[in-house]
Amino acid sequence: MNWLIAMLQTTLFVALAPLLAGWLKCCKCRLQNRKAPSLFQPYRDLIKLTHKQPVVAGQASWLFTIAPYLVFSATVLAATVVPLIAVDLPTSASADVIVMVGFFAFARFFLALAGLDIGTAFGGMGSSREMTISSLAEPAMLMAIFTLTMTASTTNLSVAINHVLNDGLMLRPSFVFALLALILVAIAETGRIPVDNPSTHLELTMIHEAMILEYSGRHLALIEWASQLKLMLYGVLIANIFFPWGIAETFTAQALGYGLLAIIGKLAVLAIFLALAETLVAKMRLFRVQEYLSFAYLLGLLGMLSHIILEASR
Amino acid sequence: MILLLAYGAVLFSFASGLLALMMDQRQVLLGLSQYWFKTFPHNHQYGRSVLEGRLQEAHYPDALRQAVFGLLGLSGMFAVLAGLGVMVGKEAFTDQISLGLPWLPWHVRFDSLSGFFYLIIGIGVGAVSLYGPGYVRAYDEGQHPFAALGLFTGLFVSGMLLVLLADDAFFFMIAWELMSVASYFLVAFQHENPANRRAAFLYLLMAEVGALAIILGFGVLASFSDGFTFDALREAKLSSTWASIAFVLALLGFGMKAGVVPIHVWLPEAHPVAPSHISALMSGVMLKVALYGLIRFCYDLIGDVHWQWGVVLLIVGTVSALGGILYAMMQVNLKRLLAYSSVENIGIIFMVLGLSMIFMDNGQPQLAALGFLAALFHAFNHALFKNLLFLGAGILQHQTHELNIDLMGGLIRRMPHTSKLFLVGCMSISSLPLFNGFVSEWLAFQTALQVDVLDNGVLRSLIPVAAAALALTAALAAACFVKVFGMIFLGQSRSRHCDNAHEVDDQGMLAGPSLLAGLCFLIGIFPGVIISLLNSVAGQLLGQTLPNDSALGWLWLAPVSAKQASYSPPLVLIAALIAGCISFWYLRRNPATVMRRAEPWDCGFGGLTPRMQYSCHAFTMPFRRIFANAWIVDERIDKDLQGAMDQDVAAIRYQLHIQDHSWPRLYEPIARGVDRLARQVGRIQTGNIRTYLGYSFATLLLLLWVVS
Repeated sequence: MNWLIAMLQTTLFVALAPLLAGWLKCCKCRLQNRKAPSLFQPYRDLIKLTHKQPVVAGQASWLFTIAPYLVFSATVLAATVVPLIAVDLPTSASADVIVMVGFFAFARFFLALAGLDIGTAFGGMGSSREMTISSLAEPAMLMAIFTLTMTASTTNLSVAINHVLNDGLMLRPSFVFALLALILVAIAETGRIPVDNPSTHLELTMIHEAMILEYSGRHLALIEWASQLKLMLYGVLIANIFFPWGIAETFTAQALGYGLLAIIGKLAVLAIFLALAETLVAKMRLFRVQEYLSFAYLLGLLGMLSHIILEASR
Repeated sequence: MILLLAYGAVLFSFASGLLALMMDQRQVLLGLSQYWFKTFPHNHQYGRSVLEGRLQEAHYPDALRQAVFGLLGLSGMFAVLAGLGVMVGKEAFTDQISLGLPWLPWHVRFDSLSGFFYLIIGIGVGAVSLYGPGYVRAYDEGQHPFAALGLFTGLFVSGMLLVLLADDAFFFMIAWELMSVASYFLVAFQHENPANRRAAFLYLLMAEVGALAIILGFGVLASFSDGFTFDALREAKLSSTWASIAFVLALLGFGMKAGVVPIHVWLPEAHPVAPSHISALMSGVMLKVALYGLIRFCYDLIGDVHWQWGVVLLIVGTVSALGGILYAMMQVNLKRLLAYSSVENIGIIFMVLGLSMIFMDNGQPQLAALGFLAALFHAFNHALFKNLLFLGAGILQHQTHELNIDLMGGLIRRMPHTSKLFLVGCMSISSLPLFNGFVSEWLAFQTALQVDVLDNGVLRSLIPVAAAALALTAALAAACFVKVFGMIFLGQSRSRHCDNAHEVDDQGMLAGPSLLAGLCFLIGIFPGVIISLLNSVAGQLLGQTLPNDSALGWLWLAPVSAKQASYSPPLVLIAALIAGCISFWYLRRNPATVMRRAEPWDCGFGGLTPRMQYSCHAFTMPFRRIFANAWIVDERIDKDLQGAMDQDVAAIRYQLHIQDHSWPRLYEPIARGVDRLARQVGRIQTGNIRTYLGYSFATLLLLLWVVS
């Protein structure tokens, strides 16, 4: 039963990810006085892509064709770890938050290799930049996460969320810092403005798009879907760790339904904030990303120190 | 019985070394065999024909190489069996061998800790013995005699094994020197190149300085005890100052061998110039012997560790880990890069060991055991994947005659098997889930996150920062090995050598790395096996084991408690397979969407050339800019200008030199100091015979005065 709910949750995760992307695009268009595409446009795009014939460069190796499947699977695995509508599911015990970061690293590793496979300048450029940014983002992210896990003294996400739920609303300085750090990292890792712009193919600024320039058809669909999933993952992480209220603690249909509604509501609000930020802020130069990320790291560190100095039990 | 296996491993490796000396003694062997069959003519017909076939001139070198590496393989097998046996049996064996000086027999002790490192050596040597025959065939017998290579390989391996058996300081140092000196000759094997001779000398120099520090460390312990046996040294009652002095000496000595920053400089010089299977042994295995020495010295001989030592190890480890990977990232020579990455991994091991010491002294033996276990687990993993990568580098060098990453490319299509094996190594070393490197890194993070139990506020804030540095190291390692794999195997080939490369013919050369790659994956999925072995080591040394996974079953990894953290690689693997298969099956069922091959996108200009690809330096350029202070970067762009007013650029030359900070900051001052001192001493050597007579006279007077 628990495993069934866990699988249902993962399926929901995968199925809802394009919807979040559609909603985000909607909000952004409204904010920029443009006419928005349908909320379901990302689904249509994905379906269209899967029905197209993929065109692969002549010198592509097996790694190039297998990478999208690996990237997608790793991201789905990361999604199994994060509680979406219910806590205490068995899947979040099989891998903790460090493993989740590991899954992201796994996906990124293959995406970067795929970028290098064809031997075009763009692919290499994208890979190099992606690895640079992620290697700076990863410590910042772990720093933010360590703050949380040390408060809850667990790296199991489900237990950590339970801990926050049971403690009630307590404004901890460490949480505020960690939240800010995690938001900054999430923006960098999901390739949003101001670090990367997902809707442009301008040569000199591309990061993520440069790596996947050679992909088409179902391969592209998988990679797009994976990056939508990643966006949603970060959203759920922020929403459920810092504002866990509404998530199902028992496995009744009612609780699960509430949990689903709650997370949809939370994500919708988060997406509005993200759209607002993307509209207001301009994209950064590539070599200012390090300052941005070291700021995130610093926030994480501050959170950690304030936890140790102010909040720890002794 | 187990002790016999352990001795067998030493003897076989020794025998393999001696057998290699037979390389130019074919006639003698031929005569011997004829004499043998003349005296015992019956029932050896088949054996005789085989033996005589092997002794023919054409087959002899190959047969001898096979035999030498076969013996080495046997040694490895015995070492694995002995190591497993002693760890499962959880019993220490002691013995005395009356070799050496008459009143100083060699004391031998074989316990779980030695057994674990026996296992590491055994696996490494086993893989090398499969790989070796094919690899050394390429050496020209006249210039690079196999006899020397085989002899010193055998001595090197037996030296490493003996270090682990030693139970007194004399025997330990003899074995240690055997290991160092034998490996010096291996580093100097290709001595026709002056750079190689220089590297070998540097290695010998630093090995000897390190050995001096170790001897002094033993000396400090011995002065508080009655004898040089480890039993006596264990009994020594040291004040905490003297214990700390002994620790610093040991750290200096063993750290020099293990290659921690800033005493790592011999490592990137010496490892690349040795033959690849020797680099694999040196990097994968010998560094672990140094680690063994440090653990034996601190945890066993000194006994009660201080948390301050843990802090020292933590800081040294963090600096090594970050420095190692940053330097590794800038290298273009593959083997040099791998050597620097060894510095990084040793740094990680030292970090976790430091955590273990901190917890140990703060009354948390269980967490100390966790850290200890994570450190040893990482040592084991590093031995596996670094061996694998060095052997892979050897294959690449063998097939392309090239070690410069910037001149490779596109080899995934030409060398499919090698590329898969190398990919496994890269994934393990980048600590990606499902592979072994991840498990030990995960355990390291779990150790660091238990910091809440400490009372000391400084420690509690220092350790999370170290953990974040560990995260940075892991991420940089992933970037570094994306670069390595991407530049070597992906893209288009950047040189003619790589254009003509093909997969290696020799099955053994693939079998050795395959064994290691298989182990990397299996241990990534079933880490419980190694952890239960390591539990017996921790139990014997720290008196504390982990209460691992009793609640969840053996498929799970839950080092502290299931509530705090758990990881189940088999379940993750199953889930990954399900997700992968569903997407694979679902997307490929439509026959209309079969893949089509086409030209890659070239922006409409036509004709992508290999020079348009990102190169090694281009790939790491953002890192070079962000961590600019980590290196001494000398970047030069020369333009050939011509035409009116020098407006046209005919050619551009780009030069990049990246240097380690430790040379100008640490070693060159020392070298200058030694020079200056030598000049001062040189002053008394006037070259004038009268002055020397005066010295003699003064000395004579002095001696007479002393005697009277």
